[in-house]
Amino acid sequence: MSDLKNMDPAPEKAAAPAPAAEEKIREPLFHIVKRADIPKLKAWGIRFIAILLALLVNALIIHWLTGLNPLAVYKSMFDGSFSTKRKFWVLLQNTAMLLCIALAVTPAFKMRFWNLGAEGQVLIGALSSGALMFYIGDKLPSGLLILLMLGAALLSGIVWAGIPALFKARFGTNETLFTLMMNYVAIQLVNTMIAIWVPSGSGVLGIMNSKSNNGWLPTIFGQKYALNIIVVGLLTVFMYVYLKYSKHGYEIAVVGESENTARYIGINVRKVIIRTAALSGCLAGLAGFLLMAGSAHTVSSTLAGGNGFTAVLVSWLAKFNPFVMILTSLLIEFLQKGAGEIAQAFRLSSDIADIATGIILFFIIGCEFFLNYRIMFRHKGKEGK
Amino acid sequence: MPVPAIELKNITKTFGRVVANKDVSLSAYRGEILALLGENGSGKTTLMNMIAGIYYPDSGQIMIDGNEVVIASPKDAFRYKIGMIHQHFKLVDVFSAAENIVLGLKEKERFDLSKVNEKVRQISETYGFEIDPAKKIYEMSVSEKQTVEIIKVLYRGADILILDEPTAVLTPQETRKLFAVLRRMRDAGKAVIIITHKLHEVLSLSDKVAVLRKGEYIGTVLTKDTNENELTEMMVGKKVSLNIERAEPKDPQDRLTVTKLDAVNREGVKVLDDVSFVARSGEILGIAGIAGSGQRELLEAIAGLQKVGDGSIIYHDPKTGLDEDLRNKTPLEIRDLGVRLSFVPEDRLGMGLVGDMDLVDNMMLRSYSKGRSLFVERKSPKTLAEKIIAQLEVVTPSTSTPVRRLSGGNVQKILVGREIAAAPTVFMAAYPVRGLDINSSYTIYNLLNAQKESGVAVIFVGEDLDVLLELCDRIMVIGSGRVTGIVDGRTATKEEIGLLMTKGGHSEEEAHEEGGEKHE
Repeated sequence: MSDLKNMDPAPEKAAAPAPAAEEKIREPLFHIVKRADIPKLKAWGIRFIAILLALLVNALIIHWLTGLNPLAVYKSMFDGSFSTKRKFWVLLQNTAMLLCIALAVTPAFKMRFWNLGAEGQVLIGALSSGALMFYIGDKLPSGLLILLMLGAALLSGIVWAGIPALFKARFGTNETLFTLMMNYVAIQLVNTMIAIWVPSGSGVLGIMNSKSNNGWLPTIFGQKYALNIIVVGLLTVFMYVYLKYSKHGYEIAVVGESENTARYIGINVRKVIIRTAALSGCLAGLAGFLLMAGSAHTVSSTLAGGNGFTAVLVSWLAKFNPFVMILTSLLIEFLQKGAGEIAQAFRLSSDIADIATGIILFFIIGCEFFLNYRIMFRHKGKEGK
Repeated sequence: MPVPAIELKNITKTFGRVVANKDVSLSAYRGEILALLGENGSGKTTLMNMIAGIYYPDSGQIMIDGNEVVIASPKDAFRYKIGMIHQHFKLVDVFSAAENIVLGLKEKERFDLSKVNEKVRQISETYGFEIDPAKKIYEMSVSEKQTVEIIKVLYRGADILILDEPTAVLTPQETRKLFAVLRRMRDAGKAVIIITHKLHEVLSLSDKVAVLRKGEYIGTVLTKDTNENELTEMMVGKKVSLNIERAEPKDPQDRLTVTKLDAVNREGVKVLDDVSFVARSGEILGIAGIAGSGQRELLEAIAGLQKVGDGSIIYHDPKTGLDEDLRNKTPLEIRDLGVRLSFVPEDRLGMGLVGDMDLVDNMMLRSYSKGRSLFVERKSPKTLAEKIIAQLEVVTPSTSTPVRRLSGGNVQKILVGREIAAAPTVFMAAYPVRGLDINSSYTIYNLLNAQKESGVAVIFVGEDLDVLLELCDRIMVIGSGRVTGIVDGRTATKEEIGLLMTKGGHSEEEAHEEGGEKHE
């Protein structure tokens, strides 16, 4: 019996008001029924319809608010990512960075360790590698410097995620707030360091080693961002294998599902929590290093640009599957690029772009409801398909 | 031919792909006690929940006194004078009985507690309840709480009463009292429906029996014209032998000696108090007691999952002949010695298994860490899963199905199968058959018996006294964390055990209270 109840945690809500006693019999207008597994094709059909609806609603809202032709607006949205070769490479680079951070938060999330501190872990990784570049950037050969910077970035990411994990494992503190707060510490630390490094007080560090390119990641295939993209690609495969086939991945799944089970089978829960959070921070630190050494060559408190939080969305949308995350991160970057392009091309406030992105995400996430539940309308006799 | 108080016509209800009720039609009349009989998962509670307005049927009609009605919420159900007493009580702990009874009523009189008390007293007198309206819920035993729930629906004028497994938490003595009350309600012209899967209760209480099997309505019979075997056959769909063979223990040797064990839970409440007993090889030691009297904590203490205070748990290792104190060992070390725990109903998926993982991944919960490879090896757990599926007749689409999707019986077979495959020397099972259908239950009993015969010391925590008396060689009774007696399973009676269950070392009242609180 209890199994059946579990199938349907929320008691069903009847929509229409109940009829007065002895009155004409009226079924509620509709009621909500949990679906069986739905066929893949149908699921994709529902998602496709959701995106179409999102575009339609967007078009209406854009037209209503600005009087512009929605089709022209959508075209310029595509231009944001595909109109020039450079824009396309920027799209790929930004996607790779977002994906990297999403891969970083994924093992933690799979363990139900809500690491909301990726933003800070990225920053601290970038800051520590930036510090090396600032202090010894011209004293070492580039290769050695890059290795040192990488090590520093990974280590600082580990520390930044490890502190909340240590407290959670030892004292049961809430990691959500703790990791969130660590972001602000990281941001202020970056600002402080820049204030020390830049005597003029402008608060802008500027590109470092722009002449010698010491400590810059090498250009391969004639493309500045190619190395970043390859590294993240390899990381995606690694994360997939790690979560699915390694003992560590198995332990993460067990701890995330039920700490009681983990304890019962003799998993050292504390150790797994700390190890996994450290891995999460380590990869976020790597993202910081890639940003610093591979594309920006400078440090600022907005270097991560909120991607530490967007990455959470990427990871969840993909249901923690690293390969699906390629798609979700690409989608989100594409939307953001498109939104920026719209704002520029039509001289609109960038808020309209945010509205458009928000509507699309709302529909994509909202359609999950229809994947899990079916709405049955009032009718007598046979039930629908 | 009188008009039925409530009549269901072709009711169907599905949850996802699970069909909970399929085309069910049945009637209940006033002045009758109808037993709704079926195994766990046969859809009894779902069906009744639709009458009580908690679920809404996918199709079908509900008629009350011959008129078709729509019951879209519990409020509608009240309007049609339907009252349901759920398995899990829905009471506010810090309120008194009277306050709980009038909670949610719109009438002015809810503010006049003396009037309320008077009415409660009247109802109690009519049906023979014993209740103090001013007593707070948290001071009450489980059976008192149940009484409050029943009065609550009577106070609202219910004349169709539905009780969902009302005896599950009661001692034999309390059950008898409840049945007397239900008979008085019947005689007062109410329609009473009692959901149960216990045959002897059906036979002693009801007038008619309606049987559900796998969500389908099988039929209704008059209680006086039927017997246990016929009802079982209706429930299960085939003939079942209801006998458990009990072999004499062969060469029993002390395997586990627990001495003066104390333990407190996380809230600091004493859950084990001075517990001493011996478990022997080739023997099944039953543990009886009201739910939450410390059974779970005792097993967890032996498995290293519950912190213990004073006392000792000595394991006599048959291989080395050494005595080991399990008290200072980790769960892993204890398991490596061969002490294994197969787990409890509500926690099968919360502790023994991982619900979202498939069969193969669940098989390797114990063994995944073996070897030095960084990667998990899924071949041998897959073989084990296939072996268990074949041997224990587990019904599953494949070995890659998440265990959450399987029925309770199949989940338990997988858990018990895995634990037995590890060749234990002490095998502990807590409520291993709770929620299982009759066939699966007997499969489990046979597995326990086979373990016993192969020389394993089996500890079995059970709730059905009839089964305990049939299966166990010795039965230890605990009340409020204390051992209140150890009796011989072949000679003891149900009444004897029932009395021991409530003894508990403190007053009887307290024994109930602790039992009740932990149960919820």
